[in-house]
Amino acid sequence: MKQLMRRLKGTMLRRMHGMITCREFEEFVLRYLNDELEPKQKKRFEWHLRICRECREYLAAYKRTVEIGKAVLGREDDSVPDDVPEDLIKAVLDSRNA
Amino acid sequence: MVTPPKKTKQEAVPPTDTDGVAVDEEALVRDNIGWMLGLARRLMRDESQAEDIVQEAFLRAFKGLADFEGRSSLQSWLHRVTVNVALSKLRHLKRLAEQPIDEHLPEFDQYDCRVEVPWSRLASVDEIVESRDTLSRISDAIGELPDAYRIVLQLRDIEEYATSEVAVLLDISESNVKVRLHRARAALKKLLEPILRGEEPQ
Repeated sequence: MKQLMRRLKGTMLRRMHGMITCREFEEFVLRYLNDELEPKQKKRFEWHLRICRECREYLAAYKRTVEIGKAVLGREDDSVPDDVPEDLIKAVLDSRNA
Repeated sequence: MVTPPKKTKQEAVPPTDTDGVAVDEEALVRDNIGWMLGLARRLMRDESQAEDIVQEAFLRAFKGLADFEGRSSLQSWLHRVTVNVALSKLRHLKRLAEQPIDEHLPEFDQYDCRVEVPWSRLASVDEIVESRDTLSRISDAIGELPDAYRIVLQLRDIEEYATSEVAVLLDISESNVKVRLHRARAALKKLLEPILRGEEPQ
């Protein structure tokens, strides 16, 4: 049953005018988030989002991943290590005259 | 390839900045070495290599200081020098060569439909970054990305370099930068799925 539904969905997305498949949706994700899609492409992308649960959930998790990456790595960025080895500082200063 | 200001022949010590003012090199090092080491650690993911990068970056900075034109802040210039040195090292170590990432990319069936396990919940950013253990799992997941993709993610999403700048730094086309960025994010999403779904580590 599940297989049949997927087949129907795939066939519908491939054949219906103005629709894109999940695979085509994937190609558009970055440009959609950067607001770089042409109006017609954006409309098709958003139509797909409305009817495809998998891509809707995928996009939400993708966006959350980007937020988390920025939050975690950005946090590392803000935290200046206070464990800079003194011998590294000395080596850097010594290298001036090497 | 973006390069730091041209090296000049060995300068007399102490060097001067663009206005001819003598620079207190020790203060320059102490004020900047912390964040430069942090940056080098994120780029190299190897402590000993990160220290080498910082040392080399300061060496280049001392030599190039007289040519520093002040078009950007000293800190952003040092940032660029550190990134350049790290990328040269990664290139030298052949860590920037294209590596397979397909196993982490989204899957589709024969009807071009996405294969995605249904999401019963999606953890919030606050929920995720609260836990020190989770932060370490995320850092490990980022470390699993092949360097050629991880570096693009790092430079675009974290260091906030423009696509065109990353293309020049890595000597690849802008469209390749975009492809790598999207694949890096998609792969990271897959690697982070247990965390995003709020699952405990096994």
